[in-house]
Amino acid sequence: MLRYALKRLLSLTISLIIASIVIFAVIEVIPGDVVRQILGEAYREDTAAALRTELGLDGGPVSRYFSWVTGMLTGDFGTSYTYRTPVADLISDRIGVSLPLAIYALVLSTLIAFPAGIYAASRRGGAGDVTVMGLTQLGVAIPNFWFAMIMVLVFAINLRWFPSGGFPGWDKGFWVSMKALTLPAIALALPQAAILARVMRSSLLDMLGEDFMRTARAKGLTRRQALWRHGVRNALIPVLTIIGLQFAFLLAGGIIIEQVFYLPGLGRLIFQAISARDLIVVESVVMLLVFLVILVNFTVDLAYAAVDPRLRSRA
Amino acid sequence: MSLLEVENLTLSIGETAILRDVELTVEAGQISAITGESGSGKSMTALAIMGLLPRGAQASGRVVLDGVDILATPENTLCQMRGNDMGMVFQEPMTALNPVQTIGDQVAEAILIHTQSTRADARRQAEQTLKRVGLPPDRFPLTRYPHELSGGQRQRVVIAMAIALRPKLLIADEPTTALDVTTQAQILELLKELVVEFNMGLLMITHDLAVVADFADQIVVMKHGDVVEHGATGHLLRHMTHPYTKALFAASAHAVDLPPRPDPAPLLQVQNVVRDYPTPRKSLLGPAGKFRAVDDVSFELQRGERLGLVGESGCGKSTLTRAILGLEPVQGGQITLDGASVFSGKKPNLDIRRKMQVVFQDPYGSFNPRHRVDRLVTEPFHLLPEPPVGADRDARIARALSDVGLSPGDSTKYIHEFSGGQRQRIAIARALIIEPALIVFDEAVSALDVSVRAQVLDLIADLCRKRPLSYLFISHDLSVVRVVTDRVLVMKAGKIVEQGATEDVFTNPQHPYTAQLIAAAPVLPDLTAEALS
Repeated sequence: MLRYALKRLLSLTISLIIASIVIFAVIEVIPGDVVRQILGEAYREDTAAALRTELGLDGGPVSRYFSWVTGMLTGDFGTSYTYRTPVADLISDRIGVSLPLAIYALVLSTLIAFPAGIYAASRRGGAGDVTVMGLTQLGVAIPNFWFAMIMVLVFAINLRWFPSGGFPGWDKGFWVSMKALTLPAIALALPQAAILARVMRSSLLDMLGEDFMRTARAKGLTRRQALWRHGVRNALIPVLTIIGLQFAFLLAGGIIIEQVFYLPGLGRLIFQAISARDLIVVESVVMLLVFLVILVNFTVDLAYAAVDPRLRSRA
Repeated sequence: MSLLEVENLTLSIGETAILRDVELTVEAGQISAITGESGSGKSMTALAIMGLLPRGAQASGRVVLDGVDILATPENTLCQMRGNDMGMVFQEPMTALNPVQTIGDQVAEAILIHTQSTRADARRQAEQTLKRVGLPPDRFPLTRYPHELSGGQRQRVVIAMAIALRPKLLIADEPTTALDVTTQAQILELLKELVVEFNMGLLMITHDLAVVADFADQIVVMKHGDVVEHGATGHLLRHMTHPYTKALFAASAHAVDLPPRPDPAPLLQVQNVVRDYPTPRKSLLGPAGKFRAVDDVSFELQRGERLGLVGESGCGKSTLTRAILGLEPVQGGQITLDGASVFSGKKPNLDIRRKMQVVFQDPYGSFNPRHRVDRLVTEPFHLLPEPPVGADRDARIARALSDVGLSPGDSTKYIHEFSGGQRQRIAIARALIIEPALIVFDEAVSALDVSVRAQVLDLIADLCRKRPLSYLFISHDLSVVRVVTDRVLVMKAGKIVEQGATEDVFTNPQHPYTAQLIAAAPVLPDLTAEALS
């Protein structure tokens, strides 16, 4: 198991190095000069040169790459061109919203999807199955921002259970902040839950056809016992893959939901930074997202090994 | 009263009738065997007795186990009976165990769900049961996972689960079909011992008549959902009454009439061939290990010779075959066909490859279901520098199909329109169409029912009469190899341990391993012509 973890860790490090080179290279070749963006059309050459030095834009690409990477390793992400504040501060503010939101949504989606998927699989072809599958069909088809707007209308404006938008900040208290994140998390979670429930159902149905399920029934387990004791754990392997992919999406893909609920998250930060050609922010946020996604994949790999003993011994 | 009495068991799924008035009995301490070809309803009968019929199945009649009618028993009572009063062992040991649970947990579970035992007691009892079936805890601790065991060992675990609570009835559905002959002999021996030790009734389902004749006290012969004949083994073997029973036994003992082979002239030469596979590195920077699958193998195949290759799974048969066909490079030695190497430099030699064709085991999986037969059988044409077109192509398709006993008109059909035996004929037509110098039959009749197998073997002999055919016939089934080959190679752990004229090797094996293989293979008793007439 330890060997397996070390191997995955090595591949994680290599992925990060490759990703950082690719991100840096892409930003390098994108047209558009940030100095000209800041100074406008009429500017003096010496002002421009001074600004370039201030922003760390002089020097060759290789030395800039290394100072960027070493900076990130020490927590110095550079200074935003447009906000004129350290990128690290910008990111830490925003990630305090985006990361809890993503985790909240993922927990909700798993809590909805697992029971729904297992229930549907155990009632295959029955009314319960048809109902669950119909609902997930809706969940996949309806865009999440529409859900978001309906929920704002019902729960924020009419019932006044939740705020309709904005984020008070964690210093205003845990429950107040969680309350502010609840509607966005539900809006993010529902379509993901619908997908996950379908994956859980089909994966479990595949397992029901396996020989070892028949063996379990021949031992005297009821249909339900066989499903829970032998089916679910085996069915988890494809489900874990989807959960990993969904978490990555929830982290960066919440931009529309962030707009709807007026949340200061990473999605909005990156959107604004791209419009303002604030490349240092773009670079750093993208790198951070890549890091988180690779970290999630690493966790998923470890989870695979925890579920499936064949992986542990193969490494 | 018998332990198990099945009376007028009739079963249908939807509109399809599966079983009609099946009658059979199993006595305590005795072995009854159901035999018959695929589709005869053997397995459905077993599932009906276990109360594990698929959804939508309608059963009527009576299935009485020790006074309880299974068909009239509610599901929750049946759950208590399964594992407790009746256990079942399945065909595929590789997939019959949950891959993510230890063997100890899986055996203990069978005990825990039916008794009040504590977890520790159940594990102790699981350990004893595993020991009884030949998996002692010092070598096979309870913490082993199924993937760490071989097929035979896994089947022992499945048996342990089924007998842990000493059921009155054990059903074994083709328990040894997926296993090698020596493993099969051990598992059959184990089952026999358990029947006596526990005074258990065993209902065994198998298509293998040699196993039935060797092993069972009672035989039930089924065909298309009907029991055509049943009786005590000795009596039934001597006095078969139903024509189907006779045909079945005759097909199992089928001898083909091979024409004499032409004068020897070397065709395929295999000299000191070595094939290594890399194994995973032991440490991060250490050297990759290697596994020698074929170890210094040499033999010759003469033009017109029918050569057999036998050995158990993992012995290197398939690896050697792939090397001969030029599909993989070898790490040492030389393989030549007609004097030219099958592998030149780093590439397979295409001039040589078009002189060889192969017929695989699986008549279902080796065809693209979306292509018509004419396209399927002409696949080898792409190996030719100038593939025939137009009327020439049609004529060759027609000839290949009529050679294998099909009609030229079949060329526009799809593969699903044919039976298993016909598909294997099409596979042979595909191999013959470019008139190869050498054909490799890789377990080509192993998946076929006995009567179909007999027909395909006759076809092969027939083709040999039409033109001198040189082939390498690979099989784990010794009885088949014995009838269709002139000479045989016996392979074990990558080496050829014995080779010689087929009859000599079978009647007077020189190597202890060959003797062991032949002794382990169940044989049909010598049925008198009278019994079969």
